This record gives sequence, structure tokens and C-alpha cells, in this order.
Amino acid sequence: MRKDLKGLVIFFSLIFLFPLLVRNPYYIGVLVFWGIYSIITLGLTILMGYAGQISLGQAGFFAVGAYTSGILTTRFGLPPWLGILAGLGLSLLLSLFLALPSLKLKGHYLAMATLGFGEIVHVVLNAWVGVTGGPSGFGEIPALSFLGWKLDSEIRFFYFTWGWVFLFFLFSLSLLKSPYGRALRSLHAEERIPLSLGVNVYFYKVFAFLWAAFYASFAGSLYAHFMTFLSPSSFTLILSILLVLMIVVGGLGNLWGALLGAGILTFLPEILRTFEDFEMLIYGIFLILIMIFLPRGLVSLRRGKVATGD
Amino acid sequence: MDWQNFLQLVLSGITIGSIYAFIGIGFNIIYNTTSIINFAQGEFVMLGGLILYSFHQTLHIPLIPAILLTLILVTLIGIGMERLTLHPVKNPTVLNMIIITIGCSIFLKGVALSIWGREVYHLPFFFPRPPFQIGGASITTQSLVVWIALILSSAFLYFFYRFTLLGKAMRACSVNPVAARLMGIKVKSLVTLSFALAAFLGGLAGVTITPISLMDYQRGSLLALKGFAAAVLGGLGKEFGAILAGMALGITESLVAGYISSGYKDAVSLLILLFILFVRPGGIMGSKEEISLREL
Repeated sequence: MRKDLKGLVIFFSLIFLFPLLVRNPYYIGVLVFWGIYSIITLGLTILMGYAGQISLGQAGFFAVGAYTSGILTTRFGLPPWLGILAGLGLSLLLSLFLALPSLKLKGHYLAMATLGFGEIVHVVLNAWVGVTGGPSGFGEIPALSFLGWKLDSEIRFFYFTWGWVFLFFLFSLSLLKSPYGRALRSLHAEERIPLSLGVNVYFYKVFAFLWAAFYASFAGSLYAHFMTFLSPSSFTLILSILLVLMIVVGGLGNLWGALLGAGILTFLPEILRTFEDFEMLIYGIFLILIMIFLPRGLVSLRRGKVATGD
Repeated sequence: MDWQNFLQLVLSGITIGSIYAFIGIGFNIIYNTTSIINFAQGEFVMLGGLILYSFHQTLHIPLIPAILLTLILVTLIGIGMERLTLHPVKNPTVLNMIIITIGCSIFLKGVALSIWGREVYHLPFFFPRPPFQIGGASITTQSLVVWIALILSSAFLYFFYRFTLLGKAMRACSVNPVAARLMGIKVKSLVTLSFALAAFLGGLAGVTITPISLMDYQRGSLLALKGFAAAVLGGLGKEFGAILAGMALGITESLVAGYISSGYKDAVSLLILLFILFVRPGGIMGSKEEISLREL
């Protein structure tokens, strides 16, 4: 715990100092994306890494958060904070529905069910043209304001986003250190053991789903107000898979791994962009190599016990 | 309701359902020997279509040899993928193996993108004849090719699994890999064989469907998703369950597109899938006992 806190202070000081060194809005923008993805992966790693449930539909909650915020503020003129809250509420409701089958389903079947959810959201975004704007999406989403600051520049949004990443990291860390966190972790290996110890397995599974959906939806709302434009092509199955890849590449069941994986898979495509059509090819090789040589993710490179948990 | 229209929709549903069935069978073959889902299965289909295009249209190789060469090449790619990426992994976990197949899928897509670019490719029908008329609905010759390919390959698989030693070894491996190894079955070679078979079937699906539905470098993913749905719906690990489920999925999709809205057709078939998963978590062909035995 102490090591985690020390790491946290060092890491976030470096992040917060970054804009003083680099003022290029493009790079700041990439870092904002890293922050947004980190919020999702911090939630997802609780669900997948600790509670041991697979979700291939996280882009669906990201989309629900983004579109609810976007639609309510743009079309109905509601204040952005109400939009974010509405998005969170809707996501929690939907994840409750999705968590129900998860009580019965395992492994590939659960993967399929969550994947189906993500695809349904994607189809609805495309087909419900009157509300979502259909395949071409909609724009002019107003900027967020925070304590009287209008978050209309990359740098302001950068600090705002990473402030939230910091808070979410602390939430997750304290959750994992609490009795709730220990009960969650016990789900990972074998369901019958925690069950026989009196852990309410069903409650914790649903809890983990809600937790991950909450994070993803919040990140979605941030995304909407940062981009100010939404279209369904940003919320595909590819994104859901990418999010899972982030936590696996970083190191499953490790909060630092979630941050690291999100960072690497945000920056890699930016770097590979110079290779144009060979981008995907190199990306694929990179993933395969990491999984062959570092099956426990990049955090396993560090032998020290920085890892939260095992 | 117009009867002819209905029949036409069902027939085209059967054709696209056959493709889902092909892919679903491929998922199952690999699942049975490795208990992983091979996310690159759709890329075999895509490669089948695009490689045939290059052999037949660009290099002007006659159709039959071009098809044979394509199938051999796709099968070799399947074997190569298993040998180079999954084979060297020590103490693999299911999740790691799945991520590796996702990596392979991205890699193969990347290769296809750098060879064929972003264009959409079209192949002529194998037998350029006017469509047959049945009860007012028409069946194209290419649809027949797809159906016959599916019937022949499932007959072959049935024979292979029931009556050959190799096929029986593969079934043994799917029941219990450890026990199979103790009986002297070389499980690792069977894994390679299963990738070869799955790649062959994927390639065959790609070769036969491209004249109907066109092909480009990223079309494999959506097909794989539907094929995955078919495999899960039919009960993972049941080759012939996937055929039934693939047909059901294809026909439902086609009817929804015809009568309700083509925009929502993917959502409706997925909702049905979610519903079935909720009611029968082992798929339509799966039994309860098997699910508890087959947990990840």
C-alpha cells in the first residue's frame, strides 16, 4: 500500500508536470486520451483482473456515457453535470441487466453475451437516426465547466481528466484494500470456495459489473465533452477488444498495469501512424510477441512488489 | 404476407447462414482441441476470398486449380499461425492464447491491407447460368455451390470424426486432453491439425461466398462475430450444433432485414442470442451437465 502511494505521487507528479515541458496541443490531446482510456481500464481491471469476469462490451457503456451526455446537453440544453449523472444512471441500469446473465454464464458464453451487448448499442447508435444522428453522428457538444473554469483548451481538459484518473485510482486502490476488495478477489479462482466461506458471490459479481460500467460511462462523458463530436464509429467492437488488450498487455489484475497498458496502446498507434498501411501488421506482431514473452503483462518486467495484490 | 418474398428471404438466409455455419464449425474444431476461441477465424475467410481473386483474376489461373491452390495456401497459413505463435508458448492460459489469436487476426488483416489495399473485390459466379426457379423464388448457382460445399464438408467431418483413428483421437482430446495424452495421443500435433482443418473450412467459406457478397481486408471480423454467435448458440464444441444455429441465425437475420429493418437486423439476431444464452446457457444443443463440466 505504501509503495503504491509512493508510486502514485511520483507518477502523477510526472504527468502533471508534462504540459510544462511540452506545449504542443496535439501531444496534450493524446495524453487526454490516455487519461480517458485509463479510467475505463481502471474499472475493467476490477471486473476482469480481480472478479475474473470477461467483458467484451465495455465500449457499449463508454458509448452510453458519451451519447447520454452529448444528447442531453446539445438537444435539451441540460447542464453537462446533469448529463454525466444521467449517463451514469443509465449505464448502471444497463449493466444491472447485463450482470444478470453473468450470474449464470461463464467464460466464452459470458464473453459472447457482453460482446452482444456492445454490438447492440453500436447498432442502435447507427439506426436510431432521430436521436443519435445515425452513422454521421452529431457535433457542437458544449464544453464542460469546472469551478468556474471553462474547460475549452487541451491543457485545461488535460488537468481535469488526469485529476479524475488520480481520484479513480485512489478509489480502486482503497476498494481493493477493503474487505469488499478481498471478497472480490476470491471470485477469481474458484467460485465454490468463497461461496462456502459465506461470501455472497452473486452480490460481488453484480457489484464488479456496476463498478466497471460506472468508470466506462464517466470516461465516455468526458470523451463527449472533449471531442465535442460523436459518431458510432468510435464505439465499435474493436474498442472493446482494445480495452481488454490494454489491461492484458499492462498486466491483468494490477492497477498499474491498467494505466501502463492504456498508455502503451494509446501511444503505439500514434507512433505507428508513420508506417501507414503497415501499422496494423506491426501492431499485431507487437501483441503476439508480448503475449509469448511476457504473458503476465508489462508490469511483470518489474520484479519489485509494486503490484497491488499478488 | 407474400409467400414468394418470404421464400426468397429464407433461401438467402440459408446461404449466409451456411457461411456462419462454416465459421462456427471452424471455431468448434479449434475449441475442442485447445479450449480457446480463435479470433482469427474470420481472417481465414477473408484470405480465402482475396487469394482466390489474385490467383484467378490477376494471375489468370483457371478456376479449379486456383481454388485448390487457395485452399492449400490458407491451410498452410493456419498451420503457420499455430506453429509460430501458439506452439512456442509455455504454460499458456486461455486468456493469453485468446489475445494471441487476436494479435494474429490484426496481423493477418494488416498483411491483407498491405497486399490488397482497401478496395472491395468481386469474383464472377463459378457457374455463370441463370438462377433456378423454385416456387416463385430464385436460387443462384453460387448459392447452390455454398450449400453443396457445406454439405460435403460436414459429411467429410462426420466421417472423419466417427470412423478414422485421427478423428477419434481428436474427439478424445476434446473430452479430456490430459487423459488423451496419457493414452499416447500427441495432443500438440492434433492442435496443429485442428488449425489446419479450421483454416481450410474458413478458406472454403471465403472462396464460395466472395462471388455473392464481395470481399475486402476487414470483412472477416463481422463474419467471425456471427460465426462465433452460431458456435455459442449451437453449444460450443458441437460441430453440428453450429450448422443448425448458423442457419437459424442467417434466416432470422434475413427475415428481420426483409420485414422489419435492415438497420436493426444485427441487433435483433444478437438480442435473440442474448435471450437464448439467458434461458439456455449452454446453447440450444447443450445440456446442463455438460456446461458444468466445460467451465473455463
